[in-house]
Amino acid sequence: MGLAKRVIPCLDVSGGRVVKGINFVGLRDAGDPVEVARRYDEQGADELCFLDITATSDNRDLILTMIESVASQVFIPLTVGGGVRSVADVRRLLNAGADKVSINSAAVQNPEVVADASEKVGSQCIVVAIDAKQVAGEARWEVYTHGGRRATGLDALEWGVRAQALGAGEILLTSMDRDGTRNGFDLALTRAFADTLEIPIIASGGVGCLEHLSAGVLEGHADAVLAASIFHYAESTVREAKDHMAIRGIEVRR
Amino acid sequence: MSDLAIIDYGMGNLRSVQKALQHVAPDCQILVTSDPAEVRAARHVVFPGQGAMPDCMRELDARGLRQAVLDAAASKPFLGICIGLQMLFEVSHEGNVPGLGLFRGEVVRFPHPVADQERLKVPHMGWNEVNPTQPHPLWVGISAGERFYFVHSYYPVPLEPGIVAARTRYPEPFVCAVARDNVFAVQFHPEKSQAAGLRLLANFLAWDGLLQPSRPGT
Repeated sequence: MGLAKRVIPCLDVSGGRVVKGINFVGLRDAGDPVEVARRYDEQGADELCFLDITATSDNRDLILTMIESVASQVFIPLTVGGGVRSVADVRRLLNAGADKVSINSAAVQNPEVVADASEKVGSQCIVVAIDAKQVAGEARWEVYTHGGRRATGLDALEWGVRAQALGAGEILLTSMDRDGTRNGFDLALTRAFADTLEIPIIASGGVGCLEHLSAGVLEGHADAVLAASIFHYAESTVREAKDHMAIRGIEVRR
Repeated sequence: MSDLAIIDYGMGNLRSVQKALQHVAPDCQILVTSDPAEVRAARHVVFPGQGAMPDCMRELDARGLRQAVLDAAASKPFLGICIGLQMLFEVSHEGNVPGLGLFRGEVVRFPHPVADQERLKVPHMGWNEVNPTQPHPLWVGISAGERFYFVHSYYPVPLEPGIVAARTRYPEPFVCAVARDNVFAVQFHPEKSQAAGLRLLANFLAWDGLLQPSRPGT
């Protein structure tokens, strides 16, 4: 037995509150990040990922207070992303209690921010998030930024290789074709990254059932699998996800 | 005098360590400090570390903390975490930088991928099984094979087998904890390892620095 494949629930937060479909039985306040995080922790989540979707910069600092509270109660790794533009942003989140910070659009616009941040705070804290969309009819993918709205012309795998060279410690790889579809991960995309890069790959986008999580590891070769809706709507618990993965022969922490 | 000092030399995120310790010991006074005098005055000392070891060594010296670390490691319950473990050895292959030399041996990198073998992901990131190799007050209540959270690319190769306190496989066995006298050091992150990690931190706070639980009257 060795390193376990990780299961990571992802939470959208805005203004320091959890938004979008948290539907646990008995949860007093579905928007309370501490309560939600604690619930996932009890279920055996290996990490938590918070995506800040706050639209206005006025409310951005609220996530710092939120991370501070979660990190005082839940003792598993916390990744925070969304709107991270500079090394100063990275530091603020780490000081609040985040363990890793994910950088997406800003990394594409200014790759030096990845190099700079990983040099200052260590690669282990820097996750580069890549939103990729398949080029029609071809076995390659293009990087999109700004929540999938803006095409960049960059080849996703080439960008991943570059991000690794710049000092990323991990890649959070989301298929824009699959995100929200519940049709499962883009396994070819995931496998292309996992088999090419030396750093760990978190597969994201498209999970609609537990079988998809196992496929992400077995066929996509992902090191970790991230999902939102199947956990939020209490269709499945993280524990059920791990039981399922274990039956498929995947090593998980239980 | 504080109950516990976390040595802050400007490298990485010490909040997680502080929060976890405060959680297991709400009544303890826990300081994050870069003041050598405060390190000397503390009852217990935690020596964390993140990032690259050459930067950690440089920053430690830039803040004049080297002697305070060595004094603490020679005199009171001392817990090294991650790079805080690696810095206790003689030398690291990361930048070929000398460490504090408290333990004999080197810190080496996980092997780069070899053709026709399964790719080894580096950093070693995630939850892996820790198998204690000797009884120790810090392992009390922690079962063999308990999973702890790791994130690192380098690991120690001690020359003195007697200091090995635990091993982990990735995929070959490597040393993930060492112990000698009042010093205990771990490659994993107890502050991020949920119940098992909190137990280890609680054990550390309860530890008097002796290898055997002290018995009154003996």
